[in-house]
Amino acid sequence: MRSVTLAAMSEAHPLTPKEVAHVAKLARLAVPGDRVEALRGQLAGVLGHVAKLKAIDVEGVEPMTTPFDQSNRLDPDEPGTCLPIQELLKNAPAVEGRYLAVPKVLAEDAGG
Amino acid sequence: MNLSDATEIRDAVRSRKVKATEVVSSLVARAKAANAKLNAFHEILEEDAMRQAAAVDAAVAAGRDPGPMAGVPVAVKDNIATHEGHTTCSSRMLENYRSPFDATCVERLRAAGAVVMGKTNLDEFAMGSSSEHCAWGPVRNPWDQARVPGGSSGGSAAAAAAAICGVALGSDTGGSIRQPASLCGCVGFKPTYGRVSRYGLVAFGSSLDQIGPLARTVRDAALTYAVMAGADPRDSTSAQRPVEDPLQDLERPIEGLRVGVPTQYMSDANDPRVNTLIQSSLDRLRGAGASIVPVELPLTDVGISTYYVIAPAEASANLARFDGIRYGHRAPARAGQSLDDLYAESRAQGFGPEVQRRIMLGTYVLSAGYYDAYYGRALKVRRRIKAEFDRAFETCDVIAGPASPTPAFRPGELSDPLQMYLCDVYTVNTNIAGIPGVSVPIGFVEDGGTRLPVGLHLQAPAMADARLLRAARMVESLHASACVSAPI
Repeated sequence: MRSVTLAAMSEAHPLTPKEVAHVAKLARLAVPGDRVEALRGQLAGVLGHVAKLKAIDVEGVEPMTTPFDQSNRLDPDEPGTCLPIQELLKNAPAVEGRYLAVPKVLAEDAGG
Repeated sequence: MNLSDATEIRDAVRSRKVKATEVVSSLVARAKAANAKLNAFHEILEEDAMRQAAAVDAAVAAGRDPGPMAGVPVAVKDNIATHEGHTTCSSRMLENYRSPFDATCVERLRAAGAVVMGKTNLDEFAMGSSSEHCAWGPVRNPWDQARVPGGSSGGSAAAAAAAICGVALGSDTGGSIRQPASLCGCVGFKPTYGRVSRYGLVAFGSSLDQIGPLARTVRDAALTYAVMAGADPRDSTSAQRPVEDPLQDLERPIEGLRVGVPTQYMSDANDPRVNTLIQSSLDRLRGAGASIVPVELPLTDVGISTYYVIAPAEASANLARFDGIRYGHRAPARAGQSLDDLYAESRAQGFGPEVQRRIMLGTYVLSAGYYDAYYGRALKVRRRIKAEFDRAFETCDVIAGPASPTPAFRPGELSDPLQMYLCDVYTVNTNIAGIPGVSVPIGFVEDGGTRLPVGLHLQAPAMADARLLRAARMVESLHASACVSAPI
């Protein structure tokens, strides 16, 4: 196995279990309590490594969000064909007629 | 006839020496037999492939032009939408998903007479470098089944290397075409960002993703690319400028080719046997008239840090669409389940551990209080990495080095996520800068009685795809003994 000199340069990252739980909530991922610590260790390892970015001088450098160097292209506003609804609905986990079925969003007493 | 040479198949079908249906049935039979060992394909679409092949034969019989890829069976990575079969991204999340449309590249390949023969396995949602993280079981390396094929386009690389498809399609976000091509011993080409439409590619890192071919030869990779490339109204980031024909001058060596070799690429951290092979390939290039130019890419190392902020950030946004509502896995209903619970439970059940890790990482670096320190800073470093390439290309035509610091490793060997990420050190910056890259087989290292392939990685400036393929063809011609299919 090759020696990994890069990992040695990582710094410890102070990620807490509470932060992991918070990020899981933001990410809409149900993370069971007994998995939080393992996940915390793995994420802290990666975050410790990416801390190398701090050492790079970026004074006055513009962020680069994409390598694509052409400006926004506008299409002519012409109607085209749509994908068939019936075929799209075949992939839905639950349907009612030609609609997606979802759990009740509003509580019973929230109606007016 | 060589059934894994796309150009030969095309010529034979067009000149009526063989029928497309004969090509497809032989290759499908071979793929089925090999797949039991390799797990390269999730699905082999025999019926659909035979129907497409029959249409090609009918065109030939009627005297119509069957297209520049007539009868060539194509293995499509399973994160690229095909109307036939499933498009699962090797994820439980999309286990039953069937795309209502073809990706633009698939549509163009079909129009050129190519035949979609099946869908290949990958690291779930293209996140990985070993094709171990696949919901349908790990893919195995055709040179040594006790090794990984690399990833994430491991199924496509294994299929191309084992000669069980005409050509294969992959996607490359940080090396996912080039690294498995190197580990499996086939040609893997990632075009310039924007050159091939991403419409129908399930998005991972939208500013990094690019579709490209994996093939037995540079010529076949160039042919496939030529058919797929070009502006697409359905992808606003597809480049509008005309595509330079990569086949036109492919066989003509570039006179006075200047090959830049970054001192950072020949690192002591690489497997020394890899460095030896790379060095000997550079010597052959020099012998063939190229000049080897030392160049500096001091930010090479920082690429991993930059990439593992930007790619997860984009992934966390892209994968937000998988919520169990419109398509994909939905967690069973239970009493008291809120809509938020349904999202969180569906996603936790549908996504595997690596995908969840990357979503968490991306969410963290984009969250309030950390955005500037991680994501904002990574985008600035990204511009510096791009500038570094621009400067290097002032003194050379292509940049050469290893595609992977090691040959194929064993499953489980890189169980720590960070160790796995470090495999991508020589490929991620290509995507960060948006330039094209290709891996070409240059030889083998002996390891425990087996031969493991090694590829030379070449990079060129944005939009110099034709030049890059010409240089790759030169390398290929200097390493004929390395360009052989795996003994499966």
